[in-house]
Amino acid sequence: MDRTKALDFAKKYTMIIVLILVLGFFAVCTGGSILLPMNVSSLISQNAYVFILATGMLLCILTGGNIDLSVGSVVCFTGAVGAVLMTKFHVPFIVTVLCMFALGTAIGAFQAFWIAFVRIPPFIVTLAGMLIFRGLSNVVLDGLTVSIKECTTFVNVFGGGANCYIPDIFGIPGFNGTCMLVGAIGAAIFLGMQIKTRAERTKKNFEVEGAAIFWTKTILIAAVILAFFFRLSQHKGIPTVLIWVLIVVLVYGYITSNTKTGRYFYAVGGNEKATKLSGINTNKVYFLAYTNMGLLSALAGMVTIARLTSAQPTYGQNYEMDAIGSCFIGGASAYGGIGTVPGVIVGAVLMGIINLGMSLMGVDQNMQKVVKGLVLLAAVIFDVVSKRGGKMISKG
Amino acid sequence: MAGNILEMRNITKTFPGVKALDNVCLEVEDGEIHALVGENGAGKSTLMNVLSGIYPYGTYEGDIVYRDEVCKFNTIKDSEHKGIVIIHQELALVPYMTIAENMFLGNERGTNLKINWNETNELAKKYLDMVGLNESPQVLIKDIGVGKQQLVEIAKALAKNAKLLILDEPTASLNEEDSRALLNLLLKFKENGMTSIIISHKLNEVSYVADKITVIRDGCTIETLDKRTDDISEGRIIKGMVGREISDRFPKRTSNIGDVKMEIKNWSAYHPLYSERKVVDDVSMYVRKGEIVGISGLMGAGRTELAMSVFGKSYGENITGEIYIDGQQVHLDTVEAAIKHKLAYVTEDRKGNGLILSNPIKINTTLSNLNAVSKKGIIDKDREYQAAVEYRQKLNIKCPTVEQNVGNLSGGNQQKVLLAKWMFADPDILILDEPTRGIDVGAKYEIYCIMNDLVSMGKSVIMISSEMPEILGMCDRIYVMNEGKMVAELDGKEATQEAIMSHIIRTA
Repeated sequence: MDRTKALDFAKKYTMIIVLILVLGFFAVCTGGSILLPMNVSSLISQNAYVFILATGMLLCILTGGNIDLSVGSVVCFTGAVGAVLMTKFHVPFIVTVLCMFALGTAIGAFQAFWIAFVRIPPFIVTLAGMLIFRGLSNVVLDGLTVSIKECTTFVNVFGGGANCYIPDIFGIPGFNGTCMLVGAIGAAIFLGMQIKTRAERTKKNFEVEGAAIFWTKTILIAAVILAFFFRLSQHKGIPTVLIWVLIVVLVYGYITSNTKTGRYFYAVGGNEKATKLSGINTNKVYFLAYTNMGLLSALAGMVTIARLTSAQPTYGQNYEMDAIGSCFIGGASAYGGIGTVPGVIVGAVLMGIINLGMSLMGVDQNMQKVVKGLVLLAAVIFDVVSKRGGKMISKG
Repeated sequence: MAGNILEMRNITKTFPGVKALDNVCLEVEDGEIHALVGENGAGKSTLMNVLSGIYPYGTYEGDIVYRDEVCKFNTIKDSEHKGIVIIHQELALVPYMTIAENMFLGNERGTNLKINWNETNELAKKYLDMVGLNESPQVLIKDIGVGKQQLVEIAKALAKNAKLLILDEPTASLNEEDSRALLNLLLKFKENGMTSIIISHKLNEVSYVADKITVIRDGCTIETLDKRTDDISEGRIIKGMVGREISDRFPKRTSNIGDVKMEIKNWSAYHPLYSERKVVDDVSMYVRKGEIVGISGLMGAGRTELAMSVFGKSYGENITGEIYIDGQQVHLDTVEAAIKHKLAYVTEDRKGNGLILSNPIKINTTLSNLNAVSKKGIIDKDREYQAAVEYRQKLNIKCPTVEQNVGNLSGGNQQKVLLAKWMFADPDILILDEPTRGIDVGAKYEIYCIMNDLVSMGKSVIMISSEMPEILGMCDRIYVMNEGKMVAELDGKEATQEAIMSHIIRTA
């Protein structure tokens, strides 16, 4: 592999390499405790909302570096409404969930309307939304905490409380067989699909990456999947919230990379005028991005109140920043048109590991913020500089 | 004979993987107008960037000798200090600032704490008079036309005390009248002792204005022609540029013209911002199967506006008129509807309105017709790849793979990708707006061949072009537009440049 190829490789997998280095660092600093089954499991539960919101945020950012500042407030508001519905009005579980999704989507559509069809800058609209829905959360909750401890189905399904794991069917003590089985099946499906695609491409005489890279990459990913599920099995199995995260990641990963709709997000961010002249309704694309953000905010709201088994007017603060940060660390372009769901997930995991690692090391909360801020800045600097061919200072 | 004001000796500049300039030598005599010509990517702009310090001393090999002194410029400021001022192809003016503010941007009059506005405006007026621009220095740049903006750029250069003026494609976005005025201005400056270097694709302008012409090809100086001793006709220059004589600049075709394919009747459109301005005024025209129809006219005649308003009303307000395709009236209210009726509009602004530069060739190729490579909204990426490869071969797009980002291609190849994109949409009627703008002679010829292929397949082509030779060389029929109106219809074989011009002037 010559130098340019090595550089390309490094550029493409930077964040993965960084992720491994950071994980290694914390593994040493915490004496390996970050890799303990319990911590691997809590990495998922603690950051579930980030994965969900960052995926939605990616779509907004793709349309042209536009962000949604209101997500934290919308998470809080939908959560608050859900909690009140269940506790005060004793609305059944399913109906509550549907109501929350409908509410989130409606809020998203409300903001999306101004952004997409009236063309009010997203920053302004969502800044207003951030205030509106934070205020409304307070109104709905009367400024108080509403506990949802009694709503066990809801809490369990969305990954809160003690029983938020997929039940085991094998019954080996201390080891969750179901979880390991799911992991093995997942890894097998991944392997099979990779091999099949490659075989098809080779048959059609398309260019494929070198065999060495392909096999290293594929086997490595499969191994990571197995190791991850192995760790979960040693704890209590698959957290229910992981199912939601996986659904979101897989569905949106597929939409962005394989569908016409997904392609439109990239096109609008790349060159809106050209997209319009290609017969694509760009207003609709914006509308979709922000409406969808509302929908995913509602899901994040469910996950949040379930995990904390209550709703409070202060929940969801700075969630938008976690989501935006994950997107940019994960390689999304601040100008739009560039970014992938897997990239964003890597970004979110990186942030999560830094959080968890520092907490385990007993680093002060405030210092944690400083470190996260520096990581975000470093990631974007690296991205910009590497695109400029390694030149640090821009010319004039 | 005056001495040389500038000598560039054995300049070699390499970019990663490419040798952009290879031992280039350029000698410019004091007080002359020196033209630099060459195909796109030949290295003209790179050479000028070396000269003006954009590529600082040390990043290239060779010497720049200016007024018998070896210069080591590190920034543009250094070269401007010596009186070398470059005016780039893309104008560098701030739209929401006044003419005077723009002229003294980075060169402000007054002290660090306070700008002396009186001096600024007075000086601005003085230099505006020198370039013959009769506008108040207080007018905002966005409110004056491109031609005048170009003059502001020149006035700005004069305000920097320019001794050697470098103009990179100064007339690329100007109409013939403004271009001529600009060239005459350069001749006037010459009388006053100014030296200019002009880079241009328009060879007639070069022959008109230049004393000497240096031809650059593939990063090497090929020759320098002197007006006093050499033949500087267009044919001679082209020979130097491409290394061969293009006897026939336009490929031949035998026209096989069928029935009327599309007819536009009484088409009018108003400006989107100034709603009382009628940009397209009661235009009627038609195009037949297998026919190339040209629309000639000056910049701002309303040709692009006509095309875009027809193409799914993507330009203008209060659009009225009727469109018939195959004798049936159609309503093309959205771009989607226009594409569905097999219409394609290939924009004049490939970077701004046509391509997604940050995306690969394959994604650009399929964007306007994703249905052809997808099922139920899911894209079959293998088919997409195959389609892109097929069109790359068909149009001879030069690129390592179709995964390459369009932004990294040359202008000619970008134009081919744009054409591929619209050909992939499988249209019957193609409106090509300035299809050869800013691309080199060889690529132009290929684009002409593609146009001929299209009409031989029975498609209809409407070509909008500001280059008259191209309109005359390619079209079966020519419409002339001026100030939003269709002022003449000429037969392609009988039309002449003079005839077109006279129709424009008569109606102006």
